[in-house]
Amino acid sequence: MWNYIPHTPEGKQKMLEALGIKSVDELFEDIPKEVQMKGIYDIPGPMSEDELVKHMQCLDGKNLNLDSCACFLGAGVYDHFVPSVVDAVASRGEFYTAYTPYQPEISQGTLQAIFEYQSMICELTGMYVTNASMYDGASAFAESAFMACTATKREKVLCSKAVNPEYRAVLRTYTRFRGVQVEEFGYEDGQVDIKDLEGKLGDEIAAVMIQSPNFFGVIEDIARIAEAAHSKGAMMIVSADPISLAMLEAPGHLGADIVTGEGQALGNQPSFGGPHFGFLAATEKLLRRMPGRIVGQTVDTQGRRGFVLTLQAREQHIRREKATSNICTNQSLCALMGAVYMVAMGKEGLKEVASLCYNKAHYTMEGLVKRGFKRAFSAPFFKEFVVLSPKPVKELNDALLKQGFIGGYDLSCHYPEIGQGWLIAVTERRTKEEIDRFVDIAGGEAL
Amino acid sequence: MKKPVELIFELSKAGRKAYSLPACDVPEADEKIPEKFARKVDARLPEVFEVDVVRHFTRLSQLNYAVDLGFYPLGSCTMKYNPKVNESVSRLPGFLKLHPYQPEESVQGALKLIYDLEGMLCEITGMDKATLQPAAGAHGEMTGLMIIKAALEHRGEGKRNKIIIPDSAHGTNPASASMVGFEVLEVKSDERGNVDVEDLKKLMSDEVAGIMLTNPNTLGLFEERITEIARIIHDAGGLLYYDGANLNANLGKARPGDMGFDVVHLNLHKTFSTPHGGGGPGSGPIAVKKELVPFLPVPVVERDGDRYYLDYDRPLSIGKVRSFYGNFNVMVKAYAYILTMGPEGLKEAAECAVLNANYLMKRLRDYFDLPFDRWCKHEFVISGNKQKKATGVTTLDMVKRLIDYGFHPPTVYFPLIVPEAMMVEPTETESLETLDAFAECMIKIAKEAEEAPEVVKDSPKTTPISRLDEVTAAKRPIVKWDFDK
Repeated sequence: MWNYIPHTPEGKQKMLEALGIKSVDELFEDIPKEVQMKGIYDIPGPMSEDELVKHMQCLDGKNLNLDSCACFLGAGVYDHFVPSVVDAVASRGEFYTAYTPYQPEISQGTLQAIFEYQSMICELTGMYVTNASMYDGASAFAESAFMACTATKREKVLCSKAVNPEYRAVLRTYTRFRGVQVEEFGYEDGQVDIKDLEGKLGDEIAAVMIQSPNFFGVIEDIARIAEAAHSKGAMMIVSADPISLAMLEAPGHLGADIVTGEGQALGNQPSFGGPHFGFLAATEKLLRRMPGRIVGQTVDTQGRRGFVLTLQAREQHIRREKATSNICTNQSLCALMGAVYMVAMGKEGLKEVASLCYNKAHYTMEGLVKRGFKRAFSAPFFKEFVVLSPKPVKELNDALLKQGFIGGYDLSCHYPEIGQGWLIAVTERRTKEEIDRFVDIAGGEAL
Repeated sequence: MKKPVELIFELSKAGRKAYSLPACDVPEADEKIPEKFARKVDARLPEVFEVDVVRHFTRLSQLNYAVDLGFYPLGSCTMKYNPKVNESVSRLPGFLKLHPYQPEESVQGALKLIYDLEGMLCEITGMDKATLQPAAGAHGEMTGLMIIKAALEHRGEGKRNKIIIPDSAHGTNPASASMVGFEVLEVKSDERGNVDVEDLKKLMSDEVAGIMLTNPNTLGLFEERITEIARIIHDAGGLLYYDGANLNANLGKARPGDMGFDVVHLNLHKTFSTPHGGGGPGSGPIAVKKELVPFLPVPVVERDGDRYYLDYDRPLSIGKVRSFYGNFNVMVKAYAYILTMGPEGLKEAAECAVLNANYLMKRLRDYFDLPFDRWCKHEFVISGNKQKKATGVTTLDMVKRLIDYGFHPPTVYFPLIVPEAMMVEPTETESLETLDAFAECMIKIAKEAEEAPEVVKDSPKTTPISRLDEVTAAKRPIVKWDFDK
């Protein structure tokens, strides 16, 4: 007997009799002999619950978790505070063991929560519509390029080199197979090199794609870049950090046509890179070109307010090869966690988080500069910044790790032209004491 | 009956808060955000207190149906029980609070888990190497097709730009093919519900890159001529892609790798018990045969003695399909499930899933049309055509009535080749008592459809809202709260 399989020998026997067969093997006789499995899998198990827990704790112990050290590493995933209400809601079986809400009468919980999520993402980004989530920030960014290509009937996009290298890698993979061309433009003092961009902008460009704050943490002049893009009929695509949007102007108010981003910072734990969620928001004009699920408000037969998955004619299960995207399963529960986080933080809380990050990051930067590190760029930044390390970043990070600190991201692999660039992220979770020690150790190592 | 819940925005009162943050312990930065970049008007997020948050979302949760509440016979979705121990081990701090760019020596447990899970999935599928990077089934399909395309281009056969897909396939199959720039050729199903091999032969040419198959297919039927199909495709220089949506039926019984498939994707959120989360997150690993290994996405987790590391140095790789290494926390749950079940447990799961499906089919066959009369695997398809013709009660009406009796409807109107289709997948985690109760209900509804069709057409009656106006929702979309009203 198995605790996940309720069949008793008697019950099985009754079912076999009802089917008029002697053994369950008869149900598998239509599998060609030559492909029927002979032995059993060579895999471990079965394990009792207690054995399993011990085994998992052993693996868990081989990882250094962020609660037992102080993390100054970001580069797309951040150690933000997650209030307890987030996991309390996400742990409810009614949410996490539900399927996609295709039967609205018994899925209003999920549907309304997504509608609230959509409303808040639209408010943060300044856009008209968002979908119910994408896999992550990178795939949301890549899919937005396809939206721009179909909308403009053009097949080439320009992407800033200051966009997260993971996002650019995913964009390259997605576009390569679809026959969409990607050209990159450079940066100057950590910001989009507007001259390089304008030199590359032509009538064949579907979109200009940037990130703000960009991979270096630097805030881009979205309005200026959007103006350049629109002058050639190209769309403006911005990938944004949702926490920053409490302080920084919404890209939608600065001319963005599509705003995407990684939602992890909103109530999702780092989790070794996933699951998190991507968001993708757009103008009203692009409503019917959106990939993925969208929840809409409507009424029932009695005129009561209710929510449904809507505009499904865009989607793969209706439109098949002509769908706007192949996405089906998304990251719904992660987006729900994002929604609970945004509700719990609310209008003032999110501003406070942003402001704490901003001040602590600047305090850390000043400390490092005092200890002899050079700032790589003078452009304004939000919660992340780049300094130049006098010695290889790996050596610095190794020394920090020994003292319980996770150091910043080593830029030398993707941005060798910067030199020994060290990308430091500081969230609201870092205390002055941690920052001071971090600066001390790093400063000592840099001597 | 539960009542509809107000929107969180309707509860908002200026000045309320549900958070507590530390006071700022560093001096305010001298450097201010330049005026032109600063936000002018605050984002109007709700202002509520903590109890509001908890009550609001708890009340919302109560408007949902879920596996934890009852039977969820959705065909091709494998709504099996989501074990609680998997949830708790997935929340261990070393899994949850781990940064993907931490130094390799500080994430050895996570890398080992990925490496070992990949190995187990290869053994289960009969393949040589796996990647856990894809975030969902459709994402796995896209990744697998990219690998096929890259391998063909590498062979100098880039002109192969057509993919064959059965008319019974999931919508994601053709949609994924389009994402990768393939043209779709549809192959017909024959009268036994298999791929029509004669039709397949006619479609073959030197422009065919391969075929995408689900086996058992979406009718719940095993492709009896799979080895012949594999030969036809391979002889013509194409490759076989296995859609793992229905792998649950094959556990311990037959492996896609042995059937001749070159690439497979799996849905950890179906076969390997991880929860569906109201639409995600899932995880859609793919596994490939030896010849395709160089094309796998980067990074690949490799092992050197006791040390695990990420290998990015793979010149033929298709690149990345998402950031980092995939939906890691979902992998933790699937790994825990496989270890709990072990080889015998997985085989037992497949056998009981197939036994359950055949038993239910047997109980319902006299009351509904049965388009394909043969042993099914983990799911079966019946049709409400009989009822529709007799009294105008549709499949949609009947499954909405099912809601009144406390069950989630099966998958409906799919596969597209069966009119008024109902696709039922009971999974192995449901008992004989549950199956009997469900069968009794279906039979009762079939009778109601005949004797009291209006009752069925007006259902559901027991839910907080009745059927919704989906046409207006799509015509005049309201996709967010109107903050200005």
